Amino acid sequence: MLRNRTAIPQVPLEKETAVVHKPLAHDSARLHVSGAATYIDDIREPAGTLHIAIGLADKAAGTLRGMTLDAVRAAKGVVAVLTAADIPGKNDIAPAFADEPLFADKEILFHNQAIFAVVARSRDEARRAARLAKIDIDEAKPAITVADALETGARVLPDYEFGRGDAPAALGRAPRRLEGLLHIGGQEHFYLEGQAAFAIPGEGREMLVHSSTQDPTEVQHIVARILAIPDAFVTVETRRMGGAFGGKESQACAWAAIAALAALVTGKPCKVRLDRDDDFALTGKRHDFRADWRVGYDDKGIVSAYDVMLNARCGCSADLSPGVVDRAMFHAANAYWLPDVKVASRRLKTNTVSNTAFRGFGGPQGMLAIERVMDAIAHERGLDPLDVRKANFYRPGGDKTPFGQTVEDMTTLPSMIEELELSSDYRARRRAIEAFNANSPYIKRGIALTPVKFGISFTLIHLNQAGALVHVYTDGSIHLNHGGTEMGQGLFTKVAQVVAEEFGVPIDFVRITATNTAKVPNASPTAASSGSDINGMAAQIGARQIKQRMVEFACAQWGVTAEEIVFRDGLVLIGNKSMSFGELAKTCRLNRVQLSAAGFYKTPVITWDRATATGRPFLYFAFGASCSEVVIDTLTGEMKVERVDILHDVGSSLNPALDIGQVEGGFVQGMGWLTTEELVFDAKGRLSTHAPATYKIPVASDVPADFRTKLHMRPNIADTIYRSKAVGEPPLMLPISVYCAILDAVHAIRPGSQPRLEAPCTPEAILNAIQSIQTH
Amino acid sequence: MTDPHKEPRKSLNFRFRGADVALNGFAPRATLLDWLREEAGATGTKEGCGEGDCGACTIVLARNRDGALTHEAANACVLLLGQVDGAEVLTVEDLAEGANLHPVQQAMVDQHGSQCGFCTPGIVMSLFALYHRGEPATRASICDQLAGNLCRCTGYRPIVDAALETCLGEPADRFAIHAEARAEALAAIADEKDLFVGDDSAFFAAPASERSLAELCDRHKDAVLLGGATDVGLWITKMLRDPRKIIWLGRVAGLDRMETVAEGLDIYATTSLQRAMPRLAELHPDLGEIMRRFGSAQVRVAGTVGGNIANGSPIGDLPPALIALGASVELRHGEASRVLPLEQFFIAYGKQDRQPGEYVRRIHAPRLKANQHYRAFKVSKRFDEDISAVMSGFRFTLEGRRVIEARIAYGGMAATPKRASGAEKALVGADLDNPTSWSAAIAAIATDYSPLTDMRATSAYRSRVAANLLMKALLEVAGGHSATRIGGLHAAE
Repeated sequence: MLRNRTAIPQVPLEKETAVVHKPLAHDSARLHVSGAATYIDDIREPAGTLHIAIGLADKAAGTLRGMTLDAVRAAKGVVAVLTAADIPGKNDIAPAFADEPLFADKEILFHNQAIFAVVARSRDEARRAARLAKIDIDEAKPAITVADALETGARVLPDYEFGRGDAPAALGRAPRRLEGLLHIGGQEHFYLEGQAAFAIPGEGREMLVHSSTQDPTEVQHIVARILAIPDAFVTVETRRMGGAFGGKESQACAWAAIAALAALVTGKPCKVRLDRDDDFALTGKRHDFRADWRVGYDDKGIVSAYDVMLNARCGCSADLSPGVVDRAMFHAANAYWLPDVKVASRRLKTNTVSNTAFRGFGGPQGMLAIERVMDAIAHERGLDPLDVRKANFYRPGGDKTPFGQTVEDMTTLPSMIEELELSSDYRARRRAIEAFNANSPYIKRGIALTPVKFGISFTLIHLNQAGALVHVYTDGSIHLNHGGTEMGQGLFTKVAQVVAEEFGVPIDFVRITATNTAKVPNASPTAASSGSDINGMAAQIGARQIKQRMVEFACAQWGVTAEEIVFRDGLVLIGNKSMSFGELAKTCRLNRVQLSAAGFYKTPVITWDRATATGRPFLYFAFGASCSEVVIDTLTGEMKVERVDILHDVGSSLNPALDIGQVEGGFVQGMGWLTTEELVFDAKGRLSTHAPATYKIPVASDVPADFRTKLHMRPNIADTIYRSKAVGEPPLMLPISVYCAILDAVHAIRPGSQPRLEAPCTPEAILNAIQSIQTH
Repeated sequence: MTDPHKEPRKSLNFRFRGADVALNGFAPRATLLDWLREEAGATGTKEGCGEGDCGACTIVLARNRDGALTHEAANACVLLLGQVDGAEVLTVEDLAEGANLHPVQQAMVDQHGSQCGFCTPGIVMSLFALYHRGEPATRASICDQLAGNLCRCTGYRPIVDAALETCLGEPADRFAIHAEARAEALAAIADEKDLFVGDDSAFFAAPASERSLAELCDRHKDAVLLGGATDVGLWITKMLRDPRKIIWLGRVAGLDRMETVAEGLDIYATTSLQRAMPRLAELHPDLGEIMRRFGSAQVRVAGTVGGNIANGSPIGDLPPALIALGASVELRHGEASRVLPLEQFFIAYGKQDRQPGEYVRRIHAPRLKANQHYRAFKVSKRFDEDISAVMSGFRFTLEGRRVIEARIAYGGMAATPKRASGAEKALVGADLDNPTSWSAAIAAIATDYSPLTDMRATSAYRSRVAANLLMKALLEVAGGHSATRIGGLHAAE
């Protein structure tokens, strides 16, 4: 039996560290495995806690004429029924554009939109009561698909484009041209812990909200806006989420606001935990796209012009779509030099739930399109797709992205591709696959090796800031808090490693505490892969302030120089004196030295002027490469991923064990997006894949039996925390090689053809692709 | 209630946290998960979906069975509380002993097998069940055990490695060490009495004999007959139905068994899908593979063969496979019983040939004759733990290389599991060595069925695949050197 024991590698170091760069376990691992980690629904309920269920619109579009809620109010256990009329503040949960209400009050925006909430003594009673409402909606014809929206012309935001040169003219001059449409499906986050919030009213309109959110600060703002109270009256706390993946950024606000509203109205602690089906219906997903592309190239497959229109289905409101679609555009070139290029976008409005952040934030869709194009060129030219990719990489004289940022590190990715090509035995396996396919009429194999280049930094520049709060107590224990949230990625562990390293103490000296808007205010969402980059820096800055004060005190107290003081293994060596870290802390207190500090960090260098499409939006790029081999059944369209080799760039990893987890987990999640995970909306705008019975994320057997993950660890050229690199989102794009390998297998049926393979590659999509190239 | 000499037991009895629990008042539709989280305050077990698909609520039920203490993973969210009668309920909180983690928990920590941690308690319990199977785990057996445990963070690799590291054979944890005492404690609460909690207007009943069952069915023709609750559970958690009278078949003596008879295999109604799997695999390996892909380990342990038939779903996996095999079903009403060819049981969507008071008692699956060839294929978006878009079963009877009879049945193609009568006729006389002689039958699929479009597949895809599956079955039976499958038998090397 082959054991896929992925070895946790050692980080190659110039300078030895004690805690940072070590493969420590997730700080909550022991709690997780014993069922002792507390999620929102596990918080012990104060007596009298009430429970909430949401009342849903049964139409996707139209006007709300009225509702009869008498039966709901009269139902067993019901304490209150809340509608838009009960909101003391503004009925608006939108992050920026005031285009999404908490409860529909006039226009119905999407099927199953929230219209009211029931507050009852038990969750079961609340759910049953919610179904007794009579909702009267004057139904209008909904726009559901990309095509519908293109027909209505509705947008959530204006179209936007950038580029270089004159792509249409360059296409006209190109020796060879291809064009196509690629449908790219959306994706449900399917965090295992559904949306949940628990609001506890305090004195004088204060409100404490436990929220499963990536963005406690935004939740605080929305709760304050709904309740019409100052931000300072609202405290939002998040210890951990049971998964988020972007789905608990803006999408966590509504439930926190409803819980807080219920708590305000009833004066009781109120909890909402969405049923899974409601969660599917009520929360946004990854945007589905239609990429309309044209490419010009020469006989060697070298691209001279690329013109792509990214039609993004944003759903009923803007939400985070401005950033998502911009990021799709930023990644439309992936790793390739495209001399004349036009990247355009439409932010389409439909009567569907508002699409939102999801790991990669649009980048995956932009990237998939150009990788599809590379295969199209290779197929037309009869070249190995890997050679076409390599021929188009950024290169001296061709080192600028379509948005004008210079790719400073041009060597890392090509060297990783070379390494993976060898270690995966790509060339020999391609030959073996060709030989197999020649003799196998029904079963075909395919292989692909694809690159990832992902820009790191929030493209909304002001979000690139972070705060941390560090206290040292007199026993030497350290209380750590920062604005980042823990959703499973191991952020808390990484930041604690940074702080422990700074004070020269073992990791268990550092007590990691729940993210709380009262401790670190005005934080950015934990998103854009930025968590450890910015919070790690902020915590290090905070810890260094305290350490500096301790050192200064020790110098004065014991007459030594700062160079003579070493913090190591929980001890402080002061000249020839040694004391425990706690003893020094205690002595500091007795001498009135402040042992608490707030750290603050803002990412340097980056700029972006959207109006002129100029600047440098990314501090650096994270790279990756993967090689996937698949087998397909041409009679049914069924597919299996047989082997995957990954080489992923994490800089000088803060924690190689956690990074391997992000890489493997991201790969499998992205593989699900491109294969089994299909969102189906019917003509009335109803999501018919609204539960795990119908929406299929990967299970253990979908993971390739031969799965080889390696980290590429060279210090980041940018000055990041310990020269590490962000790792949250980039691996999600590695399984584009799975899509391309499926395309390769289909293409093997009729070499030289251009199959139309849509994503996700369900058995039906694969059979359709096969049908698209069959001649009869 | 039934036997004047044997009063029914009025309390639900089970073991929890090392003690006996007796409950004499609970809502008939109460689930084990709600009891755990809301009554017992045991929040380690999570609700992820409320429909038995994600496994976050996985717990382990230990029972005495055939002289051994068995440990089976089950979904607490769609397990009715009454179904734990006579069992020991083990949850994630039971595993560690003070600061000492259980070996599967320790391996999950060592392998970095948790990230967000929300699926972890369920995964730990599935691995605990695997650990107690007492066989060295393989990648395949681990993936089968975990098919009903969704993890969105890790990509499963470290979890599989944790299982490979710990599930090595004979269990040696404290549960194994104390197995005898635990078995005795279970024996002490076991009885052969009928269970009846509630009153005639609302009750959870678990008759212990067919006689009691027949009487209850007669007296309460409006009662819900409960097999494993893998579907009825969803009526409660998702449709919010409020069944007030529930008759659980799980304690009826004699209904949980299989018998090899001269012509094949008799499977009695409450035999779990898990237990039926190896016996059906003996009839044909494709049946074994269909069963392996049936739901998940948790669903197969709870779900029953009789329930899968009686439920009448057009997308149940077993009916098409068994219809093609030529299976029959026995229905019982009191002392009277009747036997139907299985296909005749399914009348229309949601309508089966089952009279009030009648229950599905037994399925008979005939053995293949020497000149009969069988194939069954399931097509779904995901291989494991998915509902089929198209399910198919084929039995060809040959004379030499010529087909003299064909039984072809599909699921997902009509409102009921249905035979392809046109294709069956057209195939008679076809020559295995002459593929053009198959084409009339393959083409007939298009007229035999008018499938629907839904979230699993379009009508066009279903029709095309159904025809292709018939071709695949014929290709395989005809023999030849080309690979026809991407996994398992006939796979590409």
